[in-house]
Amino acid sequence: MLNVNKFLQRYRYSLILLRELVITDFKLRYQSSFLGYLWSLLKPLALFAILYLVFVRYLPIGGDIPHLPVYILLGIVIWTYFSEVTNNGVSSIVGKGDLLRKINFPKYVIVLAGSFSALINLAINLLVVVAFMIFTGVPFMGSMLLIPLIIIELFVFALGLAFLLSALFVKLRDINYIWEVLMQGAFYGTPIIYAIDILPIKVQQIIILNPVAQMIQDIRYMMITHETHTIGTVYGNEWMRLVPIGIVVAFAIISAWYFKKRSRYFAEEI
Amino acid sequence: MSDAAIKVENVSKNFVLPHEKKDSIKRAFTGLFKSKTKGSEIQHALKGVSFEVKKGEFFGIVGRNGSGKSTLLKMLAGIYQPSKGSLSTDGKLVPFIELGVGFNPELTGRENVYLNGALLGFSFKEMQAMYDEIVTFAELERFMDQKLKNYSSGMQVRLAFSLATRAHADILLVDEVLAVGDAAFQRKCFEYFKELKANKKTVVFVTHDMNAVKEYCDRAMLIDQSEVKHIGSPQDIAREYSMLFMDKASDHAKKGDGKRWGNGDAVITAVKTKIEGDEVVVKVDVKVERPVDKLVYGIHIMGSDGAEITALNNRMIQAPDIENLKPGQEVTLTWRILNVFNDGEYNVMLTLIDDVANTLDWFVRADDFTVRRIERSTTAVLPPMTVTHKVKQ
Repeated sequence: MLNVNKFLQRYRYSLILLRELVITDFKLRYQSSFLGYLWSLLKPLALFAILYLVFVRYLPIGGDIPHLPVYILLGIVIWTYFSEVTNNGVSSIVGKGDLLRKINFPKYVIVLAGSFSALINLAINLLVVVAFMIFTGVPFMGSMLLIPLIIIELFVFALGLAFLLSALFVKLRDINYIWEVLMQGAFYGTPIIYAIDILPIKVQQIIILNPVAQMIQDIRYMMITHETHTIGTVYGNEWMRLVPIGIVVAFAIISAWYFKKRSRYFAEEI
Repeated sequence: MSDAAIKVENVSKNFVLPHEKKDSIKRAFTGLFKSKTKGSEIQHALKGVSFEVKKGEFFGIVGRNGSGKSTLLKMLAGIYQPSKGSLSTDGKLVPFIELGVGFNPELTGRENVYLNGALLGFSFKEMQAMYDEIVTFAELERFMDQKLKNYSSGMQVRLAFSLATRAHADILLVDEVLAVGDAAFQRKCFEYFKELKANKKTVVFVTHDMNAVKEYCDRAMLIDQSEVKHIGSPQDIAREYSMLFMDKASDHAKKGDGKRWGNGDAVITAVKTKIEGDEVVVKVDVKVERPVDKLVYGIHIMGSDGAEITALNNRMIQAPDIENLKPGQEVTLTWRILNVFNDGEYNVMLTLIDDVANTLDWFVRADDFTVRRIERSTTAVLPPMTVTHKVKQ
């Protein structure tokens, strides 16, 4: 209990600020639209409708995976979170330049706030996925209890990259274009809108090392069907999971170190 | 516990100003093979600054534009890091560098209050407790649910100021907030300053307003060309500050190459300039050293650019010469000049001559004063004018 109090005291300012920034961000997001917050729900709903039409009715490239539309929707939901955090993350520090030049506060709060508002969206989107699971008759499995582990891994990976990118962007203003292009490529290099098993095994073994691919396959395995190929089945060895997890941890450490080192000078360099 | 709230030791700040900003990959790569300093320039914003501010002290920092005072304030606030030296502060510090930091035009007044409060370190609960007080003080009760973009700039400033004054800080850094807002708002600011002074808060105050320095500060510091020129009493600093402008002023102001000369038959011993109602009052004490038959006394008033606005002596306004002065006698002259001056800094030059044009004492920068229009009634200046009227049947 004592430790919790100490933590709260030390990070009091950051927590107050974090809360206010997340709330503000959420308020501003759908500020001037007619349907407002409803859009958080409508967007994944509309997406599901499109996926259903494309992949079930007209273009069945998903092989014989059961519950394909939900399967694909889940992949897109995870990817959307990842791309939202990193794409918004790149310009988050520079975008708050005005504020940084006028008041001193822990800079990491800005990046963290972006991550948390995306997390709110992710939660809403996952609820929509669950709703479709019920709607399309996907049975609930005990492995769903493991989902928080994947969410934590996803949160840490996206946040780490956001820290790194936002700090780099202060010095190198090309980073946002580079990242955009990389993300577009990575979208097709990750088994999101296709099933991983349509690729040759060698290729599967390479792309599954990408932490986002590993997470998407794992969460599909936990939520939708055990027929999903995860990093464990691709390599025939569950321990291989340590490779993407190691990448996530390494990125998090390097990014945190770099961000901390640079953040003292953000105000004068922006 | 030491009694210093702020300690600054030998602080320097350099900014590297690239001529061609190396902020894209291409330049970073092409620049790899060139030396790093090429194409950039180091600007010394501050050089070897040291000072201490005691707890409960009202400390003024003055200097010309670009002298480095704002950079110093930003370093005190922790926004910039010093290139050399060390800064330390003891107590909760609130920067008052700009009002309404983090205000978002798309949010309502209420939402902005909570957001800005968070930036000042107040939790949601603490803000709830203070909310009514803030709104009442800002006199914006009816507007709190409107978006900030629909506020006038005056309303925004009121809200921001009201918020900032709630921040219970031990140390306040104030940067020329007085420059904004109308007369009523400025009065509020000054009232707040008096309150701070009464409550023995530590305040660091950056300004160009020498009257405010003289009125509120316990001590002041003059910064010029990135260096501390002097730390001393507000009166001394205010005078030195206005001299900075005299130094670069026209030759006219530098006439005679010195500040003061004369044969010393009579000398000016003290000068006091005050604004009393609608008049600028200059009191001059003169001591007679050797007999003087007829004393002719003059006054010149110059703007901060050194240009003479008025130059006259007693004969030109039909005031009598002072006759038959004996050694040891003391004379007090009181000039009363209608305050027709625009807002700004002014310099007083005083002259004593005799009726055969010997210079007894010629005192170039005897004193200075500042005019702020809000101190003067609107009918103080009555230019010659006529008005006619016609009534139609």
